[in-house]
Amino acid sequence: MRFVTVRNIVVAALLIFLALVPIYSTMSGNMFLMTLFTRIVILAIAAVSLNLIMGFGGMVSFGHAAYLGIGGYVFGSMATEGITSGFIQWPLALAVCALFALITGALSLRTRGVYFIMITLAFAQMIYYVAVSLDKYGGDDGLTIYTRSQFAGLIDLSNRVVFYYVCFASLLGAIYLVWRIVNSRFGMVIQGARSNDRRMQSIGFPTYRYRLTCFVIAGMMCGLAGVLLANQADFISPATMHWTRSGDLIVMAVLGGMGSVIGPVLGAVALLVLEETLPHIISVIGGALTGQSMAAAREYWALVLGPMLLLVVLFARGGIDGILTGRHRG
Amino acid sequence: MLLFIEQCLNGIQLGLLLFLLAAGLTLVFGIMDLVNLAHGSLYMLGAYFAATFTALTGTFIGGIFLALIATLLVGMAVEVIALRRLYGRDHLDHVLGTFGLILFSNEMVRLIWGPAGLRVALPDWLLRPVEFIPGVFYPSYRLLIIAVALAVAGLLYFMVMRTRIGMLIRAGASNREMISALGINIKLLYTFVFGIGAALAGLAGMMQAPILTVQIGMGENILILAFVVIIIGGIGSIRGAFVAAILVGLIDTVGRSFLPEILKLFLSNQAASTAAPALSSMLIYIVMAAVLVLRPQGLFPAAGK
Repeated sequence: MRFVTVRNIVVAALLIFLALVPIYSTMSGNMFLMTLFTRIVILAIAAVSLNLIMGFGGMVSFGHAAYLGIGGYVFGSMATEGITSGFIQWPLALAVCALFALITGALSLRTRGVYFIMITLAFAQMIYYVAVSLDKYGGDDGLTIYTRSQFAGLIDLSNRVVFYYVCFASLLGAIYLVWRIVNSRFGMVIQGARSNDRRMQSIGFPTYRYRLTCFVIAGMMCGLAGVLLANQADFISPATMHWTRSGDLIVMAVLGGMGSVIGPVLGAVALLVLEETLPHIISVIGGALTGQSMAAAREYWALVLGPMLLLVVLFARGGIDGILTGRHRG
Repeated sequence: MLLFIEQCLNGIQLGLLLFLLAAGLTLVFGIMDLVNLAHGSLYMLGAYFAATFTALTGTFIGGIFLALIATLLVGMAVEVIALRRLYGRDHLDHVLGTFGLILFSNEMVRLIWGPAGLRVALPDWLLRPVEFIPGVFYPSYRLLIIAVALAVAGLLYFMVMRTRIGMLIRAGASNREMISALGINIKLLYTFVFGIGAALAGLAGMMQAPILTVQIGMGENILILAFVVIIIGGIGSIRGAFVAAILVGLIDTVGRSFLPEILKLFLSNQAASTAAPALSSMLIYIVMAAVLVLRPQGLFPAAGK
């Protein structure tokens, strides 16, 4: 196996770039860049966790954003009630996510294919409406969180650079964890069950239990991303778990490439950077072509992004990762 | 009791609208095996077309008629240009591709019609309430929706079950290769089916247009309801979609209006008034989850699949 491939160089460059973002930001004073990339890194964790069940386990969850919301709401409601210690908030948030994943997973995994997509969506919608009805914690308008998690003075999350590195370390941890899982015996069973569940069962694996465990792990990882996201925004609202957000996560994973552990990170970076820069690109190109100011065109970036997604589906199967490795899915 | 009848009628009306959306969705899903998230965009387009053409022609009926043709054409064009290439692909590819289409169509609508919502005015003869049982008044426009949707449902059933084209559609659903080997132009058939689905979604949007504000993203929430309907009904089954749509419409509407009262029987007033809105919004999802857990293929699994 060769290590110096185009893909590995791109991945390494991306990780080094992500590691250096705070240094560049503080030196140039461009804080916006760091805020943007903090968000990207957090959502990349969510996408990596989704990919564990979707790419490797074949469990296409259309309700993964629910965990973003649950993590955020557990953290937010505790902060509002005056419990600000991260040592309590974080494990509890993950525990609630695990419980939700365990219950919904146990029911959802009885179904297959499209029905699985839709039942996970249904559970996410239920929790969405629970959040909307939480009048005490902001209801539809969302909840402003005044204190970030406290770690007894060890880690100061209100420092942006520190916060960024906490997120980045979490991302690396998530990637490492998924990589270890995928290459373990457990991961082999999961991937075997994706290819042929019946055969795995007949050679003696209780695949239902394996898949459920995998589903819970992914839910907890995404819950961590939710806690981080709410910490970053100092805000949580039901919109975090709207079904279009679950769609966004799927898009990240598929766009990046589901065949590999790192693919979703590529997808998250590509999608969110495009969302941010397309307005500029459109106005610059438009301006160069027509010779007029195209500032008005900036609003319509989705007009370009939409067809781009369609083109990726049609011509670049296997996503960005597939393009880089020259390996195509299907 | 009067309130109950009225709420039931509202529920049936919502259910029939959902059926119009779900019928197209379930046809496309069952026959082409395509998960079309952009179905809600066609619903939105239908409403926008209705707003424009009503203003242009000055008559409501004329506007609806033109808008119906326009949505049919847009649907067929989208199928030929983009979606045709997605058949036979993974469902995930469908989700990604049609998600892109949603982004595109929302932005396109914003470019053409602007970001502000539109309103569609009803002609006078549809504004008067009708007394259809002595003492019970009901808005005539809502009755019209019920009548039109029932007529369309009947027509659709007739077309699929009793005509030659319906026979081809059903045959195409069970074996694509065989029917094209028999010399049927399956591509044309698929485009036609997609166009019909688009027109039905557009019709639902048009009929909602005078009741709601016509706005960007209006199709996204109702799309999820339509998916719930086709999952409960069983993918590919028109009959299932019909039963499930009425069920979902009734449960949602009646649940919203009576759940607070029912809960008050068991809970304290305050607990009931907090729990009721959440529970009534969740009700249909609970039903769907329950149906899937008990009957993983939906209530009426399509035959031959």
